[in-house]
Amino acid sequence: MIAIVDYGMANLRSVEKALQFVGANARITSDPAEIAAADKVVLPGVGAFCASMTNLHGRGLTDSVIQAIHSGRPFLGICVGLQMLFAEGTEMGITPGLGIFGGQVVRFFEKGVPAGCEDLKVPHIGWNSITPAPSSRLLAGIEPGERVYFVHSFYPAPEDPGIIAATCDYGGEFCCAVEQGTVAAVQFHPEKSGAVGMRILRNFVNWE
Amino acid sequence: MKGVNFVDLRDAGDPVELAARYDAMGADELVFLDITASHEKRNVIIEMAARVAEQVFIPFTVGGGIRTVEDFRNILLAGADKVAVNSAAVKNPDIIGEAAERYGSQCVVVAIDPKRSGEYADGSPRWEVYINGGRTPTGRDALEWAREVEQRGAGEILLTSMDRDGTQVGFDLELTSKVAKSVSIPVIASGGAGNPHHCFEAVTEGCADAALIASIVHDGHYTIQQIKSYMAEHGVCVR
Repeated sequence: MIAIVDYGMANLRSVEKALQFVGANARITSDPAEIAAADKVVLPGVGAFCASMTNLHGRGLTDSVIQAIHSGRPFLGICVGLQMLFAEGTEMGITPGLGIFGGQVVRFFEKGVPAGCEDLKVPHIGWNSITPAPSSRLLAGIEPGERVYFVHSFYPAPEDPGIIAATCDYGGEFCCAVEQGTVAAVQFHPEKSGAVGMRILRNFVNWE
Repeated sequence: MKGVNFVDLRDAGDPVELAARYDAMGADELVFLDITASHEKRNVIIEMAARVAEQVFIPFTVGGGIRTVEDFRNILLAGADKVAVNSAAVKNPDIIGEAAERYGSQCVVVAIDPKRSGEYADGSPRWEVYINGGRTPTGRDALEWAREVEQRGAGEILLTSMDRDGTQVGFDLELTSKVAKSVSIPVIASGGAGNPHHCFEAVTEGCADAALIASIVHDGHYTIQQIKSYMAEHGVCVR
């Protein structure tokens, strides 16, 4: 069973239906026991970093998520679910994240919009092509240039470039997926990325 | 460019089946608008959104009969990504800001249905906003309303030319480009698509961020792939 962690924020139904569509037994839950018993765990996300962390703490799910990550069971973070894995968020001041990965989650064009990119809007919304790292298990079979769907204003800046599983370009290259051991996370929404997204989720479902 | 499909719940067939087909055909987003929407039918729309979300894994917008922020919530919970609001936004503009604050601008689409109506003092055409499925003139200027909805927190404008809707003679490029240049949020051109070249014009001369197509694919005149190929051949970046 795949546990989709419900901390009161995300659009969980789309994630649940997409996982079921690719053949998984997926269940939305906020029960620590169920998260602990799951074969795999998904931490989805939509919304603000600091509100998401507050909700995760408030529902007493922080330890469950950290344990799931350290347990060696495959773990997938989506959007804010990726961002929360980092040390710090910078949305509305500095908020500590779960600190699984070193680095901050930063806003697009914090240091100004690059020349020639004045038309780029924030949030970055829509389909964009990604360049996966050949070593990524989650993105196995995804070719450079394939497109996925994004809705976000912030992205991760990992301290260790070795964890970057894919990059994307939006007024400059940014990290849009990370992977280390059994922990994978994506800034885009595979559950809304059509056939490409389903291939990515299938990789996760088949991840032993 | 985003290829967006409009599904008229009344006569275009089962929306869920159509949606799954367009997803497979390569549509980038889907738009479901119930233009007959009434208060009683909101539950029908929510159920439809839930059924779509079981089979369609690309972003989709649902609109028709939205009156309250609670309606937004129910449609988003059903699995939709965006909610389109039209008449209610004109009658109660605060709903735009309330929904944007609660769920984020990215999911608030304001649908605007303008119709040509007279001229400005300088002789350029003026467009008036209509509501209630195009039956009721509001006296509001379309360009002013577009700017206002952006200020209030709309994340996207779905602009349907009443003069062109259903005609298949091409989008109202003058209207589209004027609205697109008045705001900095994405504008989806709608109303009048009859062939792939019209879609090309909408995102070039019309300055739209996306073109919405309905009858030309419902009727099987063109496939989404044909339209996208045409646009790609003419230098528009498509998925």
